[in-house]
Amino acid sequence: MPFSLVDFLQALTAGILVGSAYALMCVGLGIIFGAMRVINFAQGDFLMLGMYAAFYLATAGGLSAFLGPSAGPIVAAFLAGPIVFALGWLLHRFIVARVTGAGVAQSEGAGAYGQILTTLGISLILQNGGLIVFGSTPTGIRTPLSRSSWEIGDVLLNQGRCVSFLVAAGLAAAVYLFLGHTHQGKGLRAAADNSQAALYMGIDVDKAHRIAWSLGVGITAVAGGLVAGSQSFQPYTGFDFVIVMYAGVVLGGLGSILGAFWGGLVIGVVQQMSTLVLPYQLQNTAIFVVFLLIIFLRPQGMFGRLSERT
Amino acid sequence: MTASVAVKRQLWAILGFAAAVLLLSAVLRSDYFELVLTQVLLWAVLSLAWNILCGYSGYFSFGHAAFWGLGAYTVALGLIHLNLTPWVTIPFCAVVGGLAGALIGFPTFRLRGHYFALAMLAYPLATLYVFQWLGYQEIPLPMKREAATLYMQFANPRAYVALALGLLVVSLLISLKIENSRFGLSLFAIKQNEPAAEAAGVDTWRWKMLALMLSGALAAVAGGLYAVVLLVVTPEAVFGMLVSAQALILALFGGVGTLWGPVIGAAVLVPLAEGLNAKLGDVLPGIQGVVYGVAIIAIILCAPEGVFWRVRDRFARRPAEPDASPVPTASVPALPREPREPVGKELLALRDVGIAFGGLRALDGVDLTVPERGLYGIIGPNGAGKTTLFNVINGFLAPQRGTISFAGESIVGLRPSHVCRRGIGRTFQVVRAFPRMTVLENVIVGAFVGAADDGAARRMAAVALDRVGLSARAGALAGGLTTRELRLMELARALAPEPRLMLLDETLAGLGHDDLGGILGAIRQLRADGVTVLIIEHTMQAMVQLVDHFDVLDHGRLIASGAPESVVRNPEVIEAYLGKKWAQQVAEAAK
Repeated sequence: MPFSLVDFLQALTAGILVGSAYALMCVGLGIIFGAMRVINFAQGDFLMLGMYAAFYLATAGGLSAFLGPSAGPIVAAFLAGPIVFALGWLLHRFIVARVTGAGVAQSEGAGAYGQILTTLGISLILQNGGLIVFGSTPTGIRTPLSRSSWEIGDVLLNQGRCVSFLVAAGLAAAVYLFLGHTHQGKGLRAAADNSQAALYMGIDVDKAHRIAWSLGVGITAVAGGLVAGSQSFQPYTGFDFVIVMYAGVVLGGLGSILGAFWGGLVIGVVQQMSTLVLPYQLQNTAIFVVFLLIIFLRPQGMFGRLSERT
Repeated sequence: MTASVAVKRQLWAILGFAAAVLLLSAVLRSDYFELVLTQVLLWAVLSLAWNILCGYSGYFSFGHAAFWGLGAYTVALGLIHLNLTPWVTIPFCAVVGGLAGALIGFPTFRLRGHYFALAMLAYPLATLYVFQWLGYQEIPLPMKREAATLYMQFANPRAYVALALGLLVVSLLISLKIENSRFGLSLFAIKQNEPAAEAAGVDTWRWKMLALMLSGALAAVAGGLYAVVLLVVTPEAVFGMLVSAQALILALFGGVGTLWGPVIGAAVLVPLAEGLNAKLGDVLPGIQGVVYGVAIIAIILCAPEGVFWRVRDRFARRPAEPDASPVPTASVPALPREPREPVGKELLALRDVGIAFGGLRALDGVDLTVPERGLYGIIGPNGAGKTTLFNVINGFLAPQRGTISFAGESIVGLRPSHVCRRGIGRTFQVVRAFPRMTVLENVIVGAFVGAADDGAARRMAAVALDRVGLSARAGALAGGLTTRELRLMELARALAPEPRLMLLDETLAGLGHDDLGGILGAIRQLRADGVTVLIIEHTMQAMVQLVDHFDVLDHGRLIASGAPESVVRNPEVIEAYLGKKWAQQVAEAAK
């Protein structure tokens, strides 16, 4: 074996801790992909916005100074959620809603391309607009937690990542409860399952989509805020996470929020474990390979329906 | 033929375009403008390459940067490590791109829609990290001052304009050739209704692979020339998302699936973004991407399917094209129909065919025999497995057990297009038309299977339209037909390659009483012409008159089989259709 047991356990725990943030991102994307069946290319860029929102709240917003360097960034990550939620709401209201929802339910192919291209356009604007506004210099949120660890045996647990693990798991559980036990959550799931039928049952599908979209980008932004505490980022960072998120969501199964969470966690573990046998630069390539394998090995599960009606 | 008039016009347009570019290049007074012009031409090539796959076949790729980048690195690394001149490596890029297309297409074409697009996205990004890891972060092309021309390093930037223009003209000619051939029409059919294309005998796999390989080859060649022009290659610049995005945005802006769309898109957007970048790049570093983002959203909101298609839909009849006039069938000599060798008693034979979806046994041990020249009906209540039976016969579904033989040979495991090639045509319960094609084009797609060349396909299509009595509507777009006309068109499409067996799935469904006559007449004529027919239908009255023999399916099992008069009196059949109570009443009344 080219690596020791300690290395293995270290990679495994790191994978689970990193994976929890991925899992939260995947939950965000899963809500959107599940409810709207829209490929959102801009999801990574909302993540990036979450990073910057948390960064500015913690530094310029004074949260780190006010609440201390440990708690400040965590609260900032939380607050990034509502900010990006509001932005998502506006984008859906004025742009996304015009290519999704009940209006285009009939035009299968054309509708899907319009949606993909719209989110691609939003992605380009956010990335490059971010470059204009934030500049290209990589930044990071400084927190003492990311530089200190707990030791369990020979395995090191990064404190920042442990906290982000707890926050991510808690938020994901809250989302799960919201979708399962509130009126709005149930409407959202109904709209996801069959938007036409939901429409006839008196559910405002466009509104359900708007909630799904805004909630999805907001949650992903929180995940971004959490990740920002342990790695540096710049306006193009979001794209690195797009495949991570899609791999997780597709792995977990379309439309399943719980699945998206576990899928994201697995992707985190795969990424960290790949460093045991692959060079560090290829850890994202490992994710791509896993992603392609998932898509190819379970294509029938991915098409939604098993057999087309002829 | 009249179609060549349109082709000739396009050839003149390409010639005029080339002359205009050369003229523009001659009057431009700065090397920088020449460079921008070269870039416009190269991006137009990439976008045209993207258009060959995605515009014509409807399979969206977010990964054309993979080909572009491979081309760029082929040229750069060939020059550095092997001292190969771009004059050799750039043509070789076509091989690299075509091979990459085959490698990518082989697994990826198992996917459709969203999943195909997402999977394509992964290829260039995965490659990007590999090239970074290999240490090819930033590769400047070495200058070869002593033999500059030999290494494609010109002092005069107009030489690059000429090279890029040559490549664009070649791409335009290839696209034009595709559009006016079986290749293009097949891709177009795939885009509009892939299962229908497959059932009509279009080998969808083969055409898609060819399109991707050709597309990859062109994109890689353009990428190779791009490396020579810019003299430096970085993984982000050639494998990055912006490259893939640009390919599709340019095509989308000008018009997807059109010859000039990508060129128009490149001519407008590339100089715009380049100019903004040059003027404001220092202050607003991402302005190029923002422009593309805004352009793409504006296009989607204002003309979601591209300007070209919207205009065409508005003038649905395409008056400019002579295709629109009805084809005079009288002047078309009907192809001599070869007398067919009878294959003994049975043409189609199913033995113990079974298939289950989860716990549901859709077909359960079905035995069925159809003799040559028979006109057999399949009846049964909803959900009995009738359409599943057709899907199993024509290859949409593979039976989990049992055998199916046609003309003495097993057809289990063949793809629908190959089943069609063997001589089985089919129609669908819900008509599957190619709505953006004319009626004649719809039928031509079906005729390809049985035709030696495109001209023969055209003749056979005209004959088939005449046989169903739809010649007068040959030039109309299929999207604007009535249900009766659609049914007849689908019948003609299946008929065109002269199949030996026709599977008709609820051909009479949704038709009014007055419309029935024409279709029943067409079906009778089929039989008179020697075609064997297997038909699913609910309209009992019509069926009893029409068929020689009924096979009755219920819950996936064959419950009765025989002459129409006896089958409709069979108590088991009555029970399946009307319930136990009714069957008892009938039995009592008969006593």
